[in-house]
Amino acid sequence: MRKIREFVIEKSLLSSALVTIAVTVGIILVLAIEAFSFFKEVSIFDFFTDTEWTPLFTKKHYGILPLLSGTLLTTFIAISVALPIGLSISIYLSEYAPRSFRKTIKPLLELLAAVPSVVYGFFALVVVTPYLQQFIPNLSGFNSLSAGIVMGIMIIPFVSSLSEDALFAVPKALREASYGMGATRLQTAFKVVVPAASSGIIVSIILAISRAIGETMIVAIAAGQQPRLTLDPTVPVETITAYIVQVSLGDVQHGSLEYRTIFAAGITLFVFTFLLNTLSFRIRKKYRQKYE
Amino acid sequence: MNSIQKNRLKDQLFKFWGIGCTLIGLVLLVIFIGGILIDGLSRIDWAFITDLPSRKAEKSGIWTPLMGSVWVLILTAIISFPISVAAGVYLEEYAKKNRLSALLEINISNLAGVPSIIYGLLGLEVFVRIMDLGASVLAGALTLSLLILPIIIVATREAIKAVPSSIRDASYALGASKWQTIWNQVLPASSGGILTGVILALSRAVGETAPLIVIGALAYVPFAPQGPLDQFSVLPIQIFNWISRPQQGFIDNAAAAIIILLLITFIMNGIAVYFRNKWQKKLQ
Repeated sequence: MRKIREFVIEKSLLSSALVTIAVTVGIILVLAIEAFSFFKEVSIFDFFTDTEWTPLFTKKHYGILPLLSGTLLTTFIAISVALPIGLSISIYLSEYAPRSFRKTIKPLLELLAAVPSVVYGFFALVVVTPYLQQFIPNLSGFNSLSAGIVMGIMIIPFVSSLSEDALFAVPKALREASYGMGATRLQTAFKVVVPAASSGIIVSIILAISRAIGETMIVAIAAGQQPRLTLDPTVPVETITAYIVQVSLGDVQHGSLEYRTIFAAGITLFVFTFLLNTLSFRIRKKYRQKYE
Repeated sequence: MNSIQKNRLKDQLFKFWGIGCTLIGLVLLVIFIGGILIDGLSRIDWAFITDLPSRKAEKSGIWTPLMGSVWVLILTAIISFPISVAAGVYLEEYAKKNRLSALLEINISNLAGVPSIIYGLLGLEVFVRIMDLGASVLAGALTLSLLILPIIIVATREAIKAVPSSIRDASYALGASKWQTIWNQVLPASSGGILTGVILALSRAVGETAPLIVIGALAYVPFAPQGPLDQFSVLPIQIFNWISRPQQGFIDNAAAAIIILLLITFIMNGIAVYFRNKWQKKLQ
C-alpha cells in the first residue's frame, strides 16, 4: 500500500515537472504553425531582405529588417549603458567594498530590476526624453536613445549581480599571490580576478542582451511605432516587441495575415533569445566544472 | 610622481568610480520616484481608488484595473504554486542523473529567458483561442502562471537544497518513507525560502504588461470582474493607456497609478525579504 502511494506521488510530481517541457513545446508549436501559414503567403526571402515593414498599410511590405534594426539599436544602447556601470559595480563590490556595504547595497540594486517595465517606460518618455532634448534639440519625442538608456538602467542588476557572483567565486589564493607581488587592488582586479571570472562575466552579458532584446514596454512607450531601417538614435523606431504590442492593441481578425505577422515577428524574437540563452547555459556549465 | 604612486592613485580613483556607479542607478531611481510623487501624489484620494474609468481625466479612477490585478494575482498564485513547487520537489529530491533530468534542467533555464511577450503569444493561441476562454481573467492568470513557473521552480530547488541532510537522515532512521520525509520534514524546513520565491514571482506578475496586452486584456473595462471568465484590465495596462494620451491630466493619472503599483510591488518585495531573513536565521 505504502509503495503504491509513494509511486503515485512520484509520478504526479514528475508530471508537474513535465509541464515545463509542455510549455516549451507549446511555444515552439504555436509560433511555428502560425509562422508557417505566414510564410505560405510571404516569401522567406522577402521577409529577410525587404527593407520595409508595413503590414498595416494598404501598400504592404513584410521585411523584418526595420524591426530587427530597431531591436538591435535599442539593445546596443542599453548594453552600452549597463555593461560599464554593471561591471564597475561588480568589481567594486567584490574587490573594494566593505562586507556590510555589500550586504546592504545588493538588495537595493535588485530593486532596480523589480520595478515594472511600464514604469520605466513612463520615466523614459516623460522625464528622460524632455531632459535630453535640452542638449539634442532635434531629438524626436519618441526615440531609441532614451528608451535604450532607461533600459540600460533597468538591466544594470542583471550584469552586476551575476558578474559579482563570478568574481566572488575566484579563489582567494589568486588574489593573495597578486598582492604579494605588490600589485594594487585595481591591478589585481583587472589582470587576475576578471580574467579568471571571464566566463561568468560573459554569461551575465549574454543574459543581459537577451533580456534587452525581449524587453517590451519601455520601447513600446518611448521608442515609437515607426519601423524604419536606421542607426540614428534620435528618431522614432519600432522593435519586434513593440510591433507585437501595436497589433495586439488594434482590432485584428484572427487568422488574417496581419494576425500571423505577430507570430512571424515572435518566432524571430524567440530564435534570437533561444540561441543566446542556450549559449549562456553551455558556458555556465563548462565554467561550473572548472571550479567545483 | 613615480609609478607606485601613480598606481595607488589609479586604485583610489577606481574606488570612487565604483562607488559612483553603484549609487547612480539608485540615485536616478530616487529622483524618478520623487518626480512621480510630485506629479501623482496630489491626484491620489479615496475617490481615485474607488472610481470607475472615465473619459475625463479628473473623474477617472483605478477601481476596475486594481480589482483586475487582484483577481489575476490570486488566480495566478493558485495555479502556479502547486505545479511549480511539485516540479521543484521532483527535480531536487527524485530526479536521477539521467537525460530526462538534464533536459528538464536546460529547458527550465531556457524558459526563464524567454521574453514575456512570447508567453503572451502562447496564451493568445492556447488559452484564448483553442480553449476558448476569451480575453478573460482566467486566460490572463494561466498565461502569467506559465511565465513565473521557472522562477518559482528555481527558488523551490534552492530552498530545498539548503535543508541539511541530517534532517532527512533522522527522518529515514525513524522509518519514514521518502514522501513522509519530504512532506513532514523537508517542505516545512524549506517553506520560508519557497514562500520568498513565490512572493517575488508574484510581484513580477503584478507588473507584467506585455503578455496581457497580447492576450487581449483591455484598457477600458466598465466594471470590475465578478468571476474568472469576465473581461479584465490590470493596473500596468491602465498606466500604459494613460501614458499614451496627450493630455496632462492623464499623465498625472498615470503617475498616481504608478505610485499605487510601486507600492504594491515594494510591499511584496519587502515581505519576501522579511521571510527570507527570518528563514535563513532559522536554518542556521
